[in-house]
Amino acid sequence: MTAPLILRAACLRLAGKVLLGPLDLTVEPGQVVTLMGPSGSGKSSLLSWLCGTLAREFEAEGRVLLGERDLTDLPPERRRLGILFQDDLLFPHLSVAENLGFALPARAGDRSPRIAAALAEADLAGFEARDPATLSGGQRARVAALRVLLAEPSALLLDEPFAKLDAELREQFRRFVIDHAQAAGLPVLLVTHDPADARAAGGPVLRLGQP
Amino acid sequence: MSWLRLAPIVTVLVMIGPVGAGLLATIGPAFGIMPGLSDAPAGLAVWRRLFDMPGLGQGVALAAWTGFAATALAFVIAVLFCAAWHGTATFDRLMRGLSPLLSVPHVTVAFGLAFLIAPSGWLVRALTGFERPPDWLTVHDPLGLGLIGTLIAKELPFLLLMTLAALNQVPAQRYHAMARTLGYGRMLAWLHGVLPLLYPQLRLPVFAVLAYSLSVVDVALVIGPTLPPTLAVQLTRWFADPDLSLRLVAAAGAVLQVAVVVAGIGAWLVLERVVGLLARRLRGAGWRGRQDAVARGLALAPALAALTLTGLGLATMALWSLATSWRFPALLPQDWSLRAWDKVGTAALGPTVALALAASTVAALLVLGCLEHEAAADRKPRRAVLWLLYVPLLVPQIGFLFGLQVLLVWLGADGGWPAVLWSHLVFVLPYVFLALAEPYRAWDSRYGRTARCLGAGPARVWLRVKLPMLLRPVLVAAAIGVAVSVAQYLPTLFAGAGRFATLTTEAVTLSAGGDRRVIGAYAVMQMLVPLAGFALALGLPAWLYRDRRGLRVGR
Repeated sequence: MTAPLILRAACLRLAGKVLLGPLDLTVEPGQVVTLMGPSGSGKSSLLSWLCGTLAREFEAEGRVLLGERDLTDLPPERRRLGILFQDDLLFPHLSVAENLGFALPARAGDRSPRIAAALAEADLAGFEARDPATLSGGQRARVAALRVLLAEPSALLLDEPFAKLDAELREQFRRFVIDHAQAAGLPVLLVTHDPADARAAGGPVLRLGQP
Repeated sequence: MSWLRLAPIVTVLVMIGPVGAGLLATIGPAFGIMPGLSDAPAGLAVWRRLFDMPGLGQGVALAAWTGFAATALAFVIAVLFCAAWHGTATFDRLMRGLSPLLSVPHVTVAFGLAFLIAPSGWLVRALTGFERPPDWLTVHDPLGLGLIGTLIAKELPFLLLMTLAALNQVPAQRYHAMARTLGYGRMLAWLHGVLPLLYPQLRLPVFAVLAYSLSVVDVALVIGPTLPPTLAVQLTRWFADPDLSLRLVAAAGAVLQVAVVVAGIGAWLVLERVVGLLARRLRGAGWRGRQDAVARGLALAPALAALTLTGLGLATMALWSLATSWRFPALLPQDWSLRAWDKVGTAALGPTVALALAASTVAALLVLGCLEHEAAADRKPRRAVLWLLYVPLLVPQIGFLFGLQVLLVWLGADGGWPAVLWSHLVFVLPYVFLALAEPYRAWDSRYGRTARCLGAGPARVWLRVKLPMLLRPVLVAAAIGVAVSVAQYLPTLFAGAGRFATLTTEAVTLSAGGDRRVIGAYAVMQMLVPLAGFALALGLPAWLYRDRRGLRVGR
């Protein structure tokens, strides 16, 4: 069921000025492509456009495809592109299990066992009833990653999700996310400032906004 | 969700429609045009009769004096208090004391202060050695000082809260620090460096206070001058007079009342200019005002006095409601009983609560629709929207309610539930909107995007993520709606055709009779209903989210 994530002539404009592109890119299943560039080069906006949540002041052209399927005109919830941000954005009014349950597709059976298994596998066994606000930074990051993966995405977008973690946690969490994405055979598009992220990802690196 | 597009349209119609239509239907009769009264004098005859009414000139002068003085003093007290104390523990403590007063209806504060300052009231008992109540005219004093005091006590918390909200919009602390490092004293640094940034945002709230104070009826009935009363009170009497031709005169008077408010706002704008120019010259002189310890003390006194006197007044009222006999000059009642409470009963409580709940629920739903429409369309809030919200607060109630009543009679809808509910919505809607807009707009939309990317549609995101996260501000806004509805006197009177009894209309009616025990009981109920609303609005989310630290306030 995995297919490559394809960008065709993607181009972003802000107030009539070209911010990024035109960009053609194919991310194969299991591959991690890293996008690097200075702030304001439109990296994050590109990810927003991919998942369908680009702010209105931007203009975008081009197509997003998953294999044969054209996602460009679909609403975000039907694109099934998972995204992780710098902030974990765990819903503060839901418990850990409820946060994960929110992501599980409605058709999924065995909801609690699946949540329990996912937590156990992230060294968070028994954390179901916990309040996200009482978790450590590393634990929160892992719950956020589990939440994205449980939504069964067709591709994974990473918007500097490692930037706020300290060095040691950062490496563990990076491994955790990339291993899981590759195990699921997902195409991964990573946006980052940090060359170490790019090296760890091991895939092609694209530099944006360079004169 | 295309029906969301309807929300702003419906809201504006519900809120502004009655004001506009009512104004037009008041202006008509003022010039002798009134269906059903065929022998009405046409043209300017009505106006000649208006200007011949005894006490009219004094009523206008009293309205202008009390309204302007109350607004100016409340504003100056609020500004000086902020300048002297913002950012200190004293400020926070006093704000905590003053905020609950926001939910207490104006007229309840008036009852409390009237009980306190009356010749047989608690202040005279406590501070003088009289054996019998002195022969002083303190409650309905001819200069309207009691009225001014009540308005200041009640508007001060509102103006302070609006100032605090405006302070959050500008980097006030940095400007204040900058001015102080340049050698200015605490107060002058705030007045020169921060106030000019805030003032544009305070102007509309100040205008609302001014328009209200220039035309208030219920407070003036309870504590204002009587011989003659202020213009708005005179008009209310004429509107209720059995002599129908007097209604035309009252309609002309209502137009005059609108003119008084317009003139008041004009005068404020002129004054604002003058003060601005003076402040500029003062700045130019470079005076630093470093010795401001005494001034800071003086700035604290009126705010503290307003809080203390209002608190004492409300407490006296509660005591009266439990007293059987309370002879002068005893400081406490001799005998206690709950008899007065039997008279309050459920007759007025039921309709009051039902009306308040209905109005605030409808208002909250409409406002949620408007704000979600704005968020979904990714639209920036516009200045024009703010002005629309203030329309019902700037047009004096007496200026359009008569016209509205005429229209309701014509439609055969006066005195009914829907009419009264609608008349309350006109005033509940703006406050609910103002209360909810900021937290709603400040919600981190990335939560919504995250939920969408996890596969949730817009409706599910709103119901499962956005609304639960905003539960507290939504309920608080609804509680403010309840408080506003409970306080409505004139709209209930006019739209209800005098047949609709709420706690507030009953209490004001009783105030003429003067049984302090029953008035006290009504006034306490008037206080308790909004307070119960706030307790629920704060308590329910706190209980629901007791295990969710991320949603705790002040994290």
